[in-house]
Amino acid sequence: MKIAIASGKGGTGKTTVCASLVHVWPRAVAAVDLDVEEPNLHLFLHPHIESTEEVGMDIPIVDETKCSYCRKCAEICQFKAISVLGSVVLTYPEMCHGCGGCMAVCPEKVISTGNRPLGEILQGKAGNAAFWMGRLRVGEAMSPPLMRMVKKRLAQALGEGSPGAESPVDVLIDAPPGVSCPAMNAVMDTDAIVLVTEPTPFGLYDLKLAYQAFGQLNVPMGVVINRSDIGNSDTIAFCREVGLDIWAEIPFERNIAEAYASGRIIAETDPAHFAVFHSLAEKLQSVGERLTASREVTHA
Amino acid sequence: MREIIVISGKGGTGKTSLTAAFAHLASPVMICDLDVDAPDLHLILHPNQTQSHVFMGGRTAKIDPEKCTSCGLCQEMCRFDAIEAAEGQHRVNPLRCEGCSVCVHFCPEGAIDFPEKQCGHWYASRTRFGPMMHAQLFASEENSGKLVALLRTQAKENAKKIGMELILSDGPPGIGCPVISSLSGVSYAVLVTEPTPSGRHDLERVASLCTHFGVPAGVIVNKSDLNPTECDGIEIYCRDHHIDVIGELPFDPVITRAMVQARAVTEFDSGAFSNRIRDLWTRICEVAIYNKN
Repeated sequence: MKIAIASGKGGTGKTTVCASLVHVWPRAVAAVDLDVEEPNLHLFLHPHIESTEEVGMDIPIVDETKCSYCRKCAEICQFKAISVLGSVVLTYPEMCHGCGGCMAVCPEKVISTGNRPLGEILQGKAGNAAFWMGRLRVGEAMSPPLMRMVKKRLAQALGEGSPGAESPVDVLIDAPPGVSCPAMNAVMDTDAIVLVTEPTPFGLYDLKLAYQAFGQLNVPMGVVINRSDIGNSDTIAFCREVGLDIWAEIPFERNIAEAYASGRIIAETDPAHFAVFHSLAEKLQSVGERLTASREVTHA
Repeated sequence: MREIIVISGKGGTGKTSLTAAFAHLASPVMICDLDVDAPDLHLILHPNQTQSHVFMGGRTAKIDPEKCTSCGLCQEMCRFDAIEAAEGQHRVNPLRCEGCSVCVHFCPEGAIDFPEKQCGHWYASRTRFGPMMHAQLFASEENSGKLVALLRTQAKENAKKIGMELILSDGPPGIGCPVISSLSGVSYAVLVTEPTPSGRHDLERVASLCTHFGVPAGVIVNKSDLNPTECDGIEIYCRDHHIDVIGELPFDPVITRAMVQARAVTEFDSGAFSNRIRDLWTRICEVAIYNKN
């Protein structure tokens, strides 16, 4: 089962929830940080990194000595990453989305594949959990290609797609904040989405956006309300109104804030906190079981 | 004209609450909410819209099932796995489509349309602290970098028209496309952080982004008393990297209470916490506007 921990807004406690869930998870689990712009999960899980892979994406390199300056490459490029000015071809690698259109369209076949570094993929172990994270190169604008590569490596490692392979490992994904392309990329293809929010006007506004955005995926969603005793009750009212289950509530306690501030996993600090996350894990597993059951029915 | 932006790398550090307070202290000022993905500043400022515009952000491929012969070439050529085939019928998954036009160009039947799509709205508004430019990207839409650039251009043009010398922006989180788009050519970036491992990690990344783009930056450590050791660490980091430490703020629920009342904290409370924010703003004005170090 693949679960994304997401939130419309940053700073609601996504990583806190994800790290604690990994800690209490009763089965084999892989923890994946897809918030590649600002990965934080490793700061709490303290993984032992076994391998680091530098990854990049395909960008065009034009051999101008053989170019006929027909401009077809510039015409197909939707991202203004290649332009032809008289008898000069200019490429802007940082604008390139790596679609390969220019290479495919070039009648002289003089555009070859170069590489723009995107960042790195780190892989290792955090206790018994497998650990994966992507880290975007500072100055790189596009995070989805790196996220796609992390997902690809993970799928390879878990043997997905190979015939007869049944993945025995659950996956917990720490997603980036927001509801635009990076966040959508992270929650796509998951079996359940946990929306972490806080009961303030900012938290509620962003929760509504997330509910709207991720709702179109038709995946079971539930809410974790962090700092549940600050702010107001509008968030609970909203969840009731649209039928979003509240899977857990975490109060604001100074000792939680301080534990987080010193890089500790909340579920580890106190039996009461452990119980909150343990029950959240159980709820998620029962969502997973219902899902498997309904899939078996449709396949039968 | 000066443009000051408040960013944080990490979300939830209090960026928007501080921007609202600074907007109050600087008013009248041109205000911009550049977090077009999850904007929140309007929840405090309650802007009155004077203009509303449609934002067209890009194009998405669409296969005409009448013309499609299911040859599969589009699926083969798409590098974003955006083309799905089910029951012999090919279709574009709009959530994955990057709008690159490769499938459109190479389809032998000319069966793929490439319509422009609306990705959101942008607005010009009036608030009690000055004019405001803001936007809302539709959920799950892309091109936020382009929308950020558009808002900034509009803010500059409007500020010039009405003779306003300062633009104050609430920035997006992260270090990717929208942040890069919001940083270029800015006079000064205020980096709000918190004394946590993630706060510090993200601060280091966003600070190096500022250095990368040559934007002068200063740091405010919010909730500084939650971990004094980490707070000292941040100050040492800043000193070592020649980043100005503007100051710190203790953890205080007054900031949440003000938010729930939809007030800037400096409007809501006139106690010690608000006075500290006034001091921070004075310091920002000194370095960012009057170049006093």
